[in-house]
Amino acid sequence: MEIVYFPGCTLKTTALSLETSALSVAKALGLEIKELERWNCCGTVYSLATDDLMKQVASIRNLIYVQASGHREVMTLCSMCYNTLAQANIFVRKNKKYLEKINAFMEEEPDYKAEVEVKHFLTLLKELGAEKIREAVKNSLSGLKVACYYGCLLLRPKEVRIDDCERPRILEELMECLGAEPVYFPYQTECCGSYHTAVKPDIVARRVYQILNNAKENDADLIVTSCPLCFFNLKDRQRDIKKIYPDFKEIEVAYFTQIMAKALGV
Amino acid sequence: MRIGVFVCHCGRNIAGTVDIKKVVEEISKSKDVVFCTDYIYLCSEPGQQTIKEKIKELELSHVIIAACTPALHGITFGRAVEEAGLNRYLLEIANIREQCSWVHQVCPEEATKKAIGLIKAALAKIRYAKPLKPIKVPLTKRVLVIGGGIAGIRAALDIAQGGIEVYLVEKSPSLGGHMAQLSETFPTLDCSACILTPLMVEAAHHKNIRLFTYAEVKKVEGVIGNFKVTIEKKPRYVIPEKCTGCGDCVDVCPVIVPNEFDQGLGARKAIYVPFPQAVPLVYTIDLEHCLNDQKLIVCEHCFKICGPKAVNFLMEPEEIEVEVGAIIVATGYELLPLENLSEYGGGEYEDVISSLDFERLASASGPTGGVIRRPSDGKIPKSVVFIQCAGSRDPEHGRPYCSKICCMYTAKHALTYKHLVPDGEAYVFYIDVRAAGKRYEEFVQRVMGEERAIYLRGKVSKVFRHNEKMVVLGVDTLSGRSVEIETDLVVVAPAIVPSKGAEKLAKLLKAPVDEFGFMSEIHPKLRPVESVSLGVYLAGAVQAPKDISESVAQASAAASKVLSFLSQKEATLEPIVAFVNKELCKGCGLCRRACPFKAITIIREGKKRYAKVEEALCQGCGVCMAICEEHAINVAGFTYEQLSAQIRTLLGIDDGEKTVKSGKI
Repeated sequence: MEIVYFPGCTLKTTALSLETSALSVAKALGLEIKELERWNCCGTVYSLATDDLMKQVASIRNLIYVQASGHREVMTLCSMCYNTLAQANIFVRKNKKYLEKINAFMEEEPDYKAEVEVKHFLTLLKELGAEKIREAVKNSLSGLKVACYYGCLLLRPKEVRIDDCERPRILEELMECLGAEPVYFPYQTECCGSYHTAVKPDIVARRVYQILNNAKENDADLIVTSCPLCFFNLKDRQRDIKKIYPDFKEIEVAYFTQIMAKALGV
Repeated sequence: MRIGVFVCHCGRNIAGTVDIKKVVEEISKSKDVVFCTDYIYLCSEPGQQTIKEKIKELELSHVIIAACTPALHGITFGRAVEEAGLNRYLLEIANIREQCSWVHQVCPEEATKKAIGLIKAALAKIRYAKPLKPIKVPLTKRVLVIGGGIAGIRAALDIAQGGIEVYLVEKSPSLGGHMAQLSETFPTLDCSACILTPLMVEAAHHKNIRLFTYAEVKKVEGVIGNFKVTIEKKPRYVIPEKCTGCGDCVDVCPVIVPNEFDQGLGARKAIYVPFPQAVPLVYTIDLEHCLNDQKLIVCEHCFKICGPKAVNFLMEPEEIEVEVGAIIVATGYELLPLENLSEYGGGEYEDVISSLDFERLASASGPTGGVIRRPSDGKIPKSVVFIQCAGSRDPEHGRPYCSKICCMYTAKHALTYKHLVPDGEAYVFYIDVRAAGKRYEEFVQRVMGEERAIYLRGKVSKVFRHNEKMVVLGVDTLSGRSVEIETDLVVVAPAIVPSKGAEKLAKLLKAPVDEFGFMSEIHPKLRPVESVSLGVYLAGAVQAPKDISESVAQASAAASKVLSFLSQKEATLEPIVAFVNKELCKGCGLCRRACPFKAITIIREGKKRYAKVEEALCQGCGVCMAICEEHAINVAGFTYEQLSAQIRTLLGIDDGEKTVKSGKI
């Protein structure tokens, strides 16, 4: 099965480890991943201004490239890219007039027909089936206690959620396939502080402190996440946490694909 | 033909958009219009007076009133023209408010044109109008009340005391409804059982009330004044006449299941009464949980011990047909299930309970004997967090409305808790405190002040377990800070939704419901207790969330509406019913099959076959008229000639000034 993959900027820079691990995992599972040609910026943060169509252009152009490739689906790894592309897609599906305007603006490209589906890698894995993944496991992660952290972008708004907004299970189910033991983790969807990390890192540090503590209190050995921004906040801000709470003990954070790669032996 | 046209301003409602002067000018030129005028409020006394005077003075033969929808003032204007000696069916109302000025506020010029068009279309229609006589039918002086909660009981008692016979139908084994589950009532803190159970007993023993508990309405036929209703009595497997309510059977029954009456917090046996004060005090076997089924008897404990031999596993459902003149619906409410409130941990944590659960914990006759104990470990909680607006005022849950009673009962809960656990802490998360009612605000102030409940204005984002405690994350919007509270118990106030089965019942009664399933009234301000389906009246939370006082008030209002209707000698029905042209009718029977009210029969006279309409059953819906290929059946007041002339004029195909003989379009 050939799948078109939209990487986005972060996957080529700070989250390179997410991309490499995901691609090797996909290969081990028999998924043929092909990078989208001529991809551009996903549009970053989805714009809430409904009348500012310029904000949708980048996202829609990417979807046009997917359409041109002859595929009906595009896979993303970055939660932000997923959220932005998926929301833009719904926006033009709901507002045909705006779609016409955006299409007219990009006269150099073919018209977008709004038929492409945007899917996150986790959804693809779920569709592949637990059985297939279980079969591919070479090193069972038995005994490893994992706290699965979602953040917000895969779950909200509910129109683009990949799982239940309040009690998601998709990462837990995947971890169970690998033999790991997901722990009770009510902070799984609490905000990591997001872009406050750029200007007010102490806000992020305080928030992340609570998230990590909740994971530790529930005996987690490790936190897995899917989002590069969450990953950065959860992992790299631990240094800042130490400045505020000197007694804080660090905890490992990994992309879910890195854990998968380990289990699948790739 | 001498037509008078009266155009209403409706204050600014119409005149603010439609150019009334231009309308009057234009309509005055129309054929047969001998008089055209306008007035600021035609529905007022001077407005009606003008209409009456002009009818007499100018000997008007037909009248057109261009105003609001006939649904609002059709009856008022009909009465006015009748007082001036004109048949009310020679009056036509052109709706230039709802269908014109209100929806075209942004384009006054087009609205004016449309208003003229609507009046001209009414003129085209009225040329065919014939005087009609109301239909009088005998009146069945009995009433059906559906739902045996406080609203149903109150309505039944009021009507019974007026000397009219009432059938009171309740689906559960006992009367009482949700009110029977409550511990105390706000704002007086009256014990709920103490004020309710005497009414239950009174209803059960009243000579004019026939009680059907554990029964449901299966079928409703007929129309206002004469309904035929089929009631199904579900089998109790205990013969009510023999059962003495001694309870010997309960002691020997080996099956224990959660008691619905205690919100599942307590247990009952498979043979049970929901609560000791149940009316009637007759046991019921819950065959779903009983070890026996009708084919196989494996356990005979209750059967053997029963002195009066009341247990009978061979009981079958029983159908009873009753005839009534009016129906009161009082089917009440339910709470949005906790499982729908996952952000508050609903359905996931035992110690997140609903407000009705809390009522049972606080009730002296509840599963904990009136001691507040949390479900997980039975400990007395040292702090409780109450969350209001759980699902209400929340478009995300599809419930943007306010559930109205939660502010008050949560205040009551906080107070009850503080009295039962004096060293405990009560926190209340609220969006706004809505305490509009007699002595309600004072009650809330008392809970905030004297009782020292901690009110936090804001919403809760998450509830989760932390060791033995529950943690509530929320925001206090007054201090602008996020709040984290470790607590022992969380009580949510879920949105109030219509009770299960209300939607099905609404279909049986042909009573419209709103987008949330609550039954609609004719007019929210002026006719709040009548359903749009004539002869059906509303009482209590079936219409919208309501507290006890309001439900009781509405029940009495519905009862008085029913009593005034039934105090007439006969029922007067609208003569807007189908009639058949015997010469054109071929007796094919298409209309008979299409009629949703079974009002049409096919008559055979020698070789001739034709359709006949039972006027008392016909609702004038016009389905027959639409399906008849011969145009042989018409609805009086809305005939082919009338409707086609009206439509053709509105579309500009005709000027509407001529009449044609044939009904063919």
